[in-house]
Amino acid sequence: MAAEKAEIDALKKECDGLRTKIEAARKAVNDGSMSAAAGGVASVGRVQLKNRKTLKGHLAKIYSLHWAADSRQMVSASQDGKLLIWDCFTGNKLVAVPLKSAWVMSVAFAPSGNLVASGGLDNMCTVYNIKAASPKTLRELDAHTGYLSCCRFLSDSEILTASGDTTCCLWDLETGKQKTVFTNHIGDCMSLALSPDQNTFISGACDSLAKLWDLREGTCKQTFSGHTSDINAIAFFPNGHAIVTGSDDCSCKMYDLRSDQEVIGYQDSSLNAGVTSLALSNSGRLIFAGYDDFNCHIWDTLKGEKVGVLSGHDNRVSCTGVPEDGMGVCTGSWDSFLKLWN
Amino acid sequence: MTIRNTLRDHGQRYRPRMACLKKAEKVMLEMQDPKTGVKSQPQRLVITTIPHAITGEDIIAWLADRLQVDTQEARNFGSMLVALGYIYPLQDHKRLVIKPDASLYRFQTPYFWPTQQWPVEDTDYAIYLAKRNIRKKGILELHEQEQYNRLHKWMNHKWDFIVMQAKEQYRAAKERKKPDRVVFECQERAYWVVHRPPPGTVSAMDYGLDRRIDPNAEETKTPDFYERIMIFTQQSIMRPRVKSSVSIGAMVKYCATYSSHDPFLSKCLPSNPWLTDDVTYWTLNMPNVEIPTTMRVERWTFSFGELLSDPRGRNDFRLFLKKEFSGENLAFWESCEDLKWGTAATMSEKAEQIYKTFLARGAPRWINIDGKTMEITLKSLKHPHRYVLDAAQTHIYMLMKKDSYGRYMKSPVFKDTLKKAICPDEHKFSDAQLEQNAKNRRPSLSPIVLRQLELEQKAKMAANVDITQLCRFTTPVPHLAVYSGISDFPSANASPSLPFLAHTTACPSPISVALDSTSASERRAEANEGEAEGNPAARVPAGGNVSKSRMALSLRRLLKRGCTPSTMFASLSPKCHSAAGTSSRIQPIGPDQPSQAPPRRIANFFQIKVDIPPECRIYPIESEDEDEETRAASRGGVGAKEIICPWESLTPQNETG
Repeated sequence: MAAEKAEIDALKKECDGLRTKIEAARKAVNDGSMSAAAGGVASVGRVQLKNRKTLKGHLAKIYSLHWAADSRQMVSASQDGKLLIWDCFTGNKLVAVPLKSAWVMSVAFAPSGNLVASGGLDNMCTVYNIKAASPKTLRELDAHTGYLSCCRFLSDSEILTASGDTTCCLWDLETGKQKTVFTNHIGDCMSLALSPDQNTFISGACDSLAKLWDLREGTCKQTFSGHTSDINAIAFFPNGHAIVTGSDDCSCKMYDLRSDQEVIGYQDSSLNAGVTSLALSNSGRLIFAGYDDFNCHIWDTLKGEKVGVLSGHDNRVSCTGVPEDGMGVCTGSWDSFLKLWN
Repeated sequence: MTIRNTLRDHGQRYRPRMACLKKAEKVMLEMQDPKTGVKSQPQRLVITTIPHAITGEDIIAWLADRLQVDTQEARNFGSMLVALGYIYPLQDHKRLVIKPDASLYRFQTPYFWPTQQWPVEDTDYAIYLAKRNIRKKGILELHEQEQYNRLHKWMNHKWDFIVMQAKEQYRAAKERKKPDRVVFECQERAYWVVHRPPPGTVSAMDYGLDRRIDPNAEETKTPDFYERIMIFTQQSIMRPRVKSSVSIGAMVKYCATYSSHDPFLSKCLPSNPWLTDDVTYWTLNMPNVEIPTTMRVERWTFSFGELLSDPRGRNDFRLFLKKEFSGENLAFWESCEDLKWGTAATMSEKAEQIYKTFLARGAPRWINIDGKTMEITLKSLKHPHRYVLDAAQTHIYMLMKKDSYGRYMKSPVFKDTLKKAICPDEHKFSDAQLEQNAKNRRPSLSPIVLRQLELEQKAKMAANVDITQLCRFTTPVPHLAVYSGISDFPSANASPSLPFLAHTTACPSPISVALDSTSASERRAEANEGEAEGNPAARVPAGGNVSKSRMALSLRRLLKRGCTPSTMFASLSPKCHSAAGTSSRIQPIGPDQPSQAPPRRIANFFQIKVDIPPECRIYPIESEDEDEETRAASRGGVGAKEIICPWESLTPQNETG
């Protein structure tokens, strides 16, 4: 018993030593701060966006939304057990997919526009073909032992899922089997995002860590710490070299992948609600973060200041999304409405 | 050791950490500080006085001062504190907001703070409701009555316990002094308003769904745990890092470059469809539009990735590469992408096609990658999978990026596109017109329809096979033409003297009998052969492509050398390997094939130099080809009969009898 304890203590000491080494390595490359680099950049001023459209149709809390690749259609999931596919421009509901399990937590649109995936407390990711006469279940991906918190398509044949069982998984849609399982988190994985070049992806979890994974190798490449609570939302900066995370500790942070450290934090003493979702504008200059205080706040990425707010929802903003062409931002809320702003 | 519950769990276990509670608690403690906190006053309530009541306006003022924010934000923060249950209103207790006037509030006792240590139990709520019922019958509100009835039904088995507890608490409360009793009743009432809100109100305690992993549990520190951390940290330390100033600088630059392309920061022309309900912007920016907008063309100049990811940009680039005779690079890149994202069923077939078209010795569109990459690729092609061509694709991508991209930017093709690009004027709609636009909104084209149009276009391109880019000795399969990057502009090179391209007549060639698709080039060769003794001059397209005529001439020369077409085709066509009934595994052309002599000659023409040392120039072939062409062209101008075969001048020693 004592020998074991001694061994563990020795290992702990070694670990701590390595930790200081990695901190030193990070510090060594930290020769410039964002405030210094962005000092000369002009401020964006006050960003005032108006609510252009309100999409009504859901009957319960909306948990997730995802824009289609054509920047006009969008799919949203609500706990009334329905997935609705909207043509946001006309406001029409195109397809209503009834779900077997009403406890849906995430939804995704395939880049081709043929498929839609959803998952939640049923621990499964169900993929639907929405181009058939009536939406048909294509596959039920069932191997997770925890709820499905997020899913994203790579193509019509592969999909990535993040689950409450602390793993992320890459599935082959044609066989319906898992191709790669990414294990390293020690808390529920809450969200994931694909890199623009689709070689890597990032995941945020309840252990307050964000991890970068290589899709081919199946290993965790980098880990970013700094948050003090669950990371609920994560996204890539458009150039693929930085990530932005949003957490229950009421702050967002940007981490740089190449220098392996936190670059800037977005917090405000008067903001005391967790971040539920976030999305970046096309140039990366604006971050739209949805909070528990019923608003979506807009941050200036480079300066770290709040530059605007989207108020109008009567309950928590649960999901935020900017389409590919960057023309607007859509927020979905527990008040069952989706609002488009620009 | 954490035991994972493998059963399907429709209600997971643990409440999410509400870190914002800790922040709120900190502020609360400061607020209650007797010296620097909010000023409190006693409240008169009929005969009793309740100490420590605070007014709404005082709270807001204190918060605004402490957090350095304006009154509206301070009010929001205050309302949040009330909603979470840290402060409760004395009047109008059901509305959990801060009113910026003299309405009174009190701090909630820490016993009733919304900590996460114990979840709010229905049992306690039942006890509370029962207690209130005992105190005064009929005092419960409608929703409370409904809850009471529901709990009574649900907890019938322990109802005796609940009633007993309620009576006990009621009796104990009566023994307290009046002010204490009143205070406690208020606190308890406020607690339950927060945790069991009346219908129609939003509860701040609503946190959604439980988490699966206990956030308070610590992972046991076994040696294995530490070893894992150490391995990861060591790998991490060894990874190269870029200086943060460089990386951040790149981010700042990115934002600046794209700022004018960000619809939130700059106006988009002609108008933002979400603002004016007019879809001109989207129509002008369709994926395969004929004339792009200036903004779009500008984006192509930002990076090579931007150019390739835009289908219209890629088309333009393809046209440029065609003029430079290096279209095979882009074609290879596109086919790699197709392999990566396509269905698994077609993968090995696609990999084989790619190998035969781009990588094999003697391949018609051989790409120039260094020896090592070629070796790795050929080896992994034995077991084809989705990412088998990654190394080669990256190499070609970098090649195009470092070399062709720069030249494309300076080329007449690009300049022409830039000149023709549209810059639409800004829309200026009147209110009436905006209303009209809103009425005329139409659904978009379905992505499926768009893809079908794309496929039709590709098929059309496949029909116009551009033989300057293809070897006539191999069989281009229909989808191959897609990879060969045939331009969608009606090719001026599609010579009228080669009409047989249009129809798909079966060839008598023994190869085509074995294969399911006939090759355009074989047909051409047959036709050539048929007319070989005829009019050689007719073979030369007027003002046309010198290399085409060279091909025709060289074939005739080969034929004259006594090879019969069938055996020659049999030996020259790479497809014959599969026709020979080999296994499904892709086999590189071995050295023991009988087709040694002719391929070598063709090798020179088709620029295959397998033994190039890796440090050789990037485009040795191109420049040589250009030299050949200029030389041939200069000589070709003399007369049809004097067209020179390329390898005649280049490698006299390769002539075989």
